[in-house]
Amino acid sequence: MKLHSTKRLIALACVFAFIAVGCTDEKQDKAQQSQKVVIDTNPYPSTYKPIDGGPTLIKNVTILDGVGNKIEGGSIYFVDGKVQAIGNVGQSLNTAENTTVINGDGKWVTPGIIDNHSHLGVYPSPSTRSHSDGNEMTNPVTAQVWAEHSVWPQDPGFGRALAGGVTALQILPGSANLFGGRSVVLKNVPSRTMQDMKFPDAPYGIKMACGENPKRVYGQKGGPMTRMGNVAGYRQAWSDAQDYMRKWERYEKEYEAGKDPKAPKRDLKLETLAGVLAGDIRVHMHCYRADEMTVMMDLMKEFDYQIGTFHHAVESYKIADKLKENNVCSAMWADWYGFKMEAYDGIRENIPAVHSAGACAIVHSDSDLGIQRLNQEAAKAWSDGRRAGIDLSIEDAWQWLSANPAKSLGIFEKTGSLEVGKQADIVLWSGNPFSTYSKAEEVYIDGGLAYSLNDTNSWPVSDFELGQVGEGDSK
Amino acid sequence: MNRIAMVILSVFFSTAVLSENIAIVGGQVHTMSSQGTLKSATVLVKNGKIERVIDGVERPAGYEVIDASGKVVTPGFIGAMTSLGLVEVSSSSGVVDASVEKSPVTNSGAALDVSYAINPDSSLIAITRLEGMTSAATSIMGSDYMFDGMGAVISLSDNAPLVKARAFMNVDVGSNGAEVAGGSRAALWVALEQMFAEAKGVSNVLSPEKGWYGMNTRSDVASLKQVLNGSVPLFMRADRAADIRQVIEFKYRHPTVRVVLVHGVEAWREADALSKANIPVIIDPEYNLPGGFDQMGATLANAARLHAAGVKVAIGMDTHNIRLAAQHAGNAVANGLPHEAGIASLTTVPAEILGVENTLGVLKNGAVADIVVWSGDPLEVTEAAEVVISNGKVMQMESRQTKLRDRYLLLQQTGAEKPSHYYRELN
Repeated sequence: MKLHSTKRLIALACVFAFIAVGCTDEKQDKAQQSQKVVIDTNPYPSTYKPIDGGPTLIKNVTILDGVGNKIEGGSIYFVDGKVQAIGNVGQSLNTAENTTVINGDGKWVTPGIIDNHSHLGVYPSPSTRSHSDGNEMTNPVTAQVWAEHSVWPQDPGFGRALAGGVTALQILPGSANLFGGRSVVLKNVPSRTMQDMKFPDAPYGIKMACGENPKRVYGQKGGPMTRMGNVAGYRQAWSDAQDYMRKWERYEKEYEAGKDPKAPKRDLKLETLAGVLAGDIRVHMHCYRADEMTVMMDLMKEFDYQIGTFHHAVESYKIADKLKENNVCSAMWADWYGFKMEAYDGIRENIPAVHSAGACAIVHSDSDLGIQRLNQEAAKAWSDGRRAGIDLSIEDAWQWLSANPAKSLGIFEKTGSLEVGKQADIVLWSGNPFSTYSKAEEVYIDGGLAYSLNDTNSWPVSDFELGQVGEGDSK
Repeated sequence: MNRIAMVILSVFFSTAVLSENIAIVGGQVHTMSSQGTLKSATVLVKNGKIERVIDGVERPAGYEVIDASGKVVTPGFIGAMTSLGLVEVSSSSGVVDASVEKSPVTNSGAALDVSYAINPDSSLIAITRLEGMTSAATSIMGSDYMFDGMGAVISLSDNAPLVKARAFMNVDVGSNGAEVAGGSRAALWVALEQMFAEAKGVSNVLSPEKGWYGMNTRSDVASLKQVLNGSVPLFMRADRAADIRQVIEFKYRHPTVRVVLVHGVEAWREADALSKANIPVIIDPEYNLPGGFDQMGATLANAARLHAAGVKVAIGMDTHNIRLAAQHAGNAVANGLPHEAGIASLTTVPAEILGVENTLGVLKNGAVADIVVWSGDPLEVTEAAEVVISNGKVMQMESRQTKLRDRYLLLQQTGAEKPSHYYRELN
């Protein structure tokens, strides 16, 4: 890397959007202008470093590439954290001399599982009140809070999820609020800081919530206490965000015109909402009922934003056609139902029904136990669908676990499938991953071996579990 | 399959309780009796009971035949710990009979009795049954009291749900119990012992004409006496090893009490002692996180380690999704529990714990004809119950979930050509 002049460094700092101190453009030297105020969009940057992994070849395996293909007797070669080659049966790949070769006879390889709905770290184990950091239940609109500021990386749940083949996950705030705050996407390499786990360059998301939860939490605390109150709350917030955007646009425009406008006061809540309206922040909306989801899709048109994913989406099967039409994903459980009225109409075929209608289907956990067996969740949904006449292949169904959640999170160009050039986030399963009895034997993240079932030294142990009963036990 | 359809139709159109003679032919049969597992067997059903299990294939005249070749046949599974029939929707949806707040009838909770509260029309019954579960222990899951009262055994049939009232008593002797007792185990165990001492000290049923100044109410005392004399087992919920040691000590102090350990996250650490004290366990084997300081030793190996030490393991703790107990058992098997013990954890072990081992959870002469024909290994997540027989009747494989499914699959297939409410059946 070349040395930068001081001037260039300052310019770079301005491009990367720090609150400007000394960011005047010296060339044009508009002496009458104050320094331009630019907002830093990445003030808590990722410090993630992949685990070192040498060139690795896994051969004689059944490969599900995650985008609809199955290769029997195939092989996969990865170097420098990236998938370098995928070979069909009998095809031998050019590999480096120092390549670690794993003969996976009878075993299966898939992309790492991506869970786009987790509360690990913000509702960690132990689930004591002092750790309960997932819901800022002080106001129905708390778009200003960021889940990453609550993540406790010592949550033992990260390591358990890793043993279940989860290589990346989105940590969301809870669903008490209409706007619960920003989410964060993590690489599932448990480490000492959130930033060490933060998925580089993954876009932010915002958690929104429909239905019962905001009603229940705020019904006796000034509202909303009804679903119509919920919608009024979203609409007012979007309207406020539009107004805020206009203020900044005016500032930008006037500054560009050579005037010396006063920058609007930053409003952290509206800044996030404006980020959604600008298309930079993805909407993850907790919503169960078909009728409510449909109202939300009108709401998104009213305020010109895109809902990326409905989470839980227990009734998506009722409106799969509308979800397809509006290009909204559904992140679902295989079989949860009945724990509240809006979950009463859950059916086992929800996921395959959404998929077969041509809409985007995702298997999610929302659970520190469920996240450990998302492959089994997909297996249940897949087999229940087949029995109901929805005839999908396993290789199709695996899209629910990796590719579709990656798309939902805006990281599909980087991971979520086994394609040449993509990050080597890979799971070697002891057998067909749609069997109860199969386990993740090796889990690679960016080509580094993050977990190996048969090597106790590779099992991550959080600080919390060090020196306690069960330290280092098989979990 | 046509034969099955005919049987289903005949059941559907009959109003009286039908006495079918059914022969389930050719399946791999887990009898769970001394007959063991038979590769290809015939199960004969008559008058709601199992008539006989024959090693080999027979097609006696006068029996409706269900062809189970290539399939697996088991006793209907038993939900070891549920609130089925006591709850429809858990949150913000009216009275939930599975939870109790203050009541004048009780001071200790021992008097509470769910057998009055069971709703056989709950949609959960059919939803659970069509996944191969035909009976369940049902119980209060939360109260303001030390004891969560008397649970019952119910059948998940389409009528007559109550199999056994006052089938077990619940008490939490972990952190939750300590909270109720005043915030410490130091209060919990003293209170518990005093409550039992009162029940022991009263020789006759307490009459309202005499004064009574105990910690318990009169009704509580009557319930605790049944626990003390061993006619009702005591389900003691505890997770941490130290609490489990207290449970074992309690058992030695009160040898007539039939103690069952419930939840038992760290039970594996006391596996030998539990085995020696003959205390069976009911667990959720997937619980492998330290949810609190009582569960630091949580591991997926719990079931396997307990079984290896000779402890009888029942699996299944949930209500809406107790139907997933087979998956839970499968994961216990994936983590070292022998497969047959996995099946037993859903059949013979809960039956024995609940005192219904001669009638439920087993395929033998005279047992209730609760039988399931599975597409394959019932512990595999991709297999499913195909035929469910309850009290000798072939059940319709239908629930409000299947009806919702069929309505909307059809609506989607036909492009929503009419308003959703007018879609009623597939065809």
